[in-house]
Amino acid sequence: MYPKDLKYTEEHEWVRVEDGVATVGITHYAQEQLGDIVFVELPEVGQRLEKGESFGVVESVKTVSDLYSPVSGTVTAINEELLDAPEKVNEDPYGAGWMIKLELADEGELAELLDAAEYTRMLEEEG
Amino acid sequence: MRYLPNTEADRREMLAAIGLESVEELFSDIPEAVRFKGRLELPEAMSELELRRHMAELASGSSDLDRFACFLGAGAYDHFIPSVVGHILSRAEFYTAYTPYQAEISQGVLQSIYEYQTMICRLTGMDVANASMYDGATALAEAGLMTTGITRRKALVISSTVHPEYREVVKTYAGGADIEVREVPYTDGVTDLDALQKAVGQDTAGVLIQHPNFFGNLEPVSDIGGVAKEAGALFVPCVDPISLALLRAPADYGADIVVGEGQPLGNPVSFGGPYLGFFAARQKFMRRMPGRIVGATVDAEGKRGFVLTLQTREQHIRRERATSNICSNEALCALAATVYLSLMGPSGLRGVAEQCLKKSHYTLERLLEIPGVTREFSAPFFKEFVVRVEADPDTVNERLYERGIIGGLNLGRFYPELDGCMMFCVTEKRTGAEIEDLVEVIRGCVR
Repeated sequence: MYPKDLKYTEEHEWVRVEDGVATVGITHYAQEQLGDIVFVELPEVGQRLEKGESFGVVESVKTVSDLYSPVSGTVTAINEELLDAPEKVNEDPYGAGWMIKLELADEGELAELLDAAEYTRMLEEEG
Repeated sequence: MRYLPNTEADRREMLAAIGLESVEELFSDIPEAVRFKGRLELPEAMSELELRRHMAELASGSSDLDRFACFLGAGAYDHFIPSVVGHILSRAEFYTAYTPYQAEISQGVLQSIYEYQTMICRLTGMDVANASMYDGATALAEAGLMTTGITRRKALVISSTVHPEYREVVKTYAGGADIEVREVPYTDGVTDLDALQKAVGQDTAGVLIQHPNFFGNLEPVSDIGGVAKEAGALFVPCVDPISLALLRAPADYGADIVVGEGQPLGNPVSFGGPYLGFFAARQKFMRRMPGRIVGATVDAEGKRGFVLTLQTREQHIRRERATSNICSNEALCALAATVYLSLMGPSGLRGVAEQCLKKSHYTLERLLEIPGVTREFSAPFFKEFVVRVEADPDTVNERLYERGIIGGLNLGRFYPELDGCMMFCVTEKRTGAEIEDLVEVIRGCVR
């Protein structure tokens, strides 16, 4: 449910870093809480994001939630398939349901994020 | 849906639950010094008969449009309202002006709103319309806010040919949201394109105009839309719905969001309201729209039904991140517009628009025969026009009033440079005799 090679935020986003590029999505827990996702709004490529800044919204049949960038950086790609098939976020949150790719501005920020064990513990504590 | 008032027992129970003895204790925080003491000076209660006589007497003091011929427009228009509109509105099933909250049990209301939205889309050429806004001014202001949400830019450019009161409302909305509003001057009664070009830049979220504009003139809409598009700003025309029977649909000249005042569609002029703001946009902006939206769907048995849809944009779900603080609409006024438009149909509406166009142009021609009356602008116009009169506009209006005519707007009130100018509106309701009266009185004034 919470792959060990990813980093997590308290806002339920995940990050995967490969060669200085961060891929961002929302966690299994987040998609389950939201329910059927019907719409995802993503930023434009080239947009500069600060850590914690809202980069888009995810809308389910129940609610709309803001998406927060786990790290600072510049958007290099967005998952355009989600615009037509937002249900991929429910089906495969860590794979086909990825949302944006960022060129990291400061790798040091990664240390501030949660690892899988810490994130799982946080979920358990929240009950 | 019934609204049941609470009983004395209910009230006692509620007070007990919060530990109070009386309702009066709820007001204990209001200082003694500011409380009203003594007796309110209200007249004694009247019997029904007395009350009717009293109300009739009050009403006889009104210069209502059944007795006066109205040549005043400027945002409120005296169009004919067929009796069927009032008949359907006053049906108990519809006669609540309020937005549906327990929406899905009110299928009839939802269907009427759905049809209203469909008609607004047909008129404007847009993909999606909402269930209506308070009035044209707030619809325009909401559209302005929406453009800043979509583009993430913080400036609006608005033409000075937009209704002066609408501009005030836009500025009021923008002020709270830290949005800069830049006004563009006019030349010969339409938006100055050079000035517009200079005012629109990379920080501009939306370009807001009125078409026909406040003076009744037709704006160079394609050029204005082009300026907006080039800068990546959204183009928002505020339009007269009657004019759309003759003019190009806003979708055809590049509009992104279309708003307007729906009062001309079956709603009377009545001390300023209630009015009807209509609001439509292209599909890609659907999730940024303010207000309620009704959608059609099918139930578990495959039967057609109507629902409030896309509610996740709205305040009761999305709280402070909602697209707007409007969770309401003007359902009864929207119903009036729906009934009006269904009665008129495309050809009927076109007939109304053609009569407005022809009668206003005829009236202008007749007025220009008077030495001392000149046309102020040369731009083409729809049902309103501006003339300069060699007489005090207020005096002219007093003379007209004596003849049973509500005269034109003294434009000096809103545009100091147009002091001495009057703006007249001629709808399909004005007769040849009324127009002759108008011309004759004005001829007498300038002599």
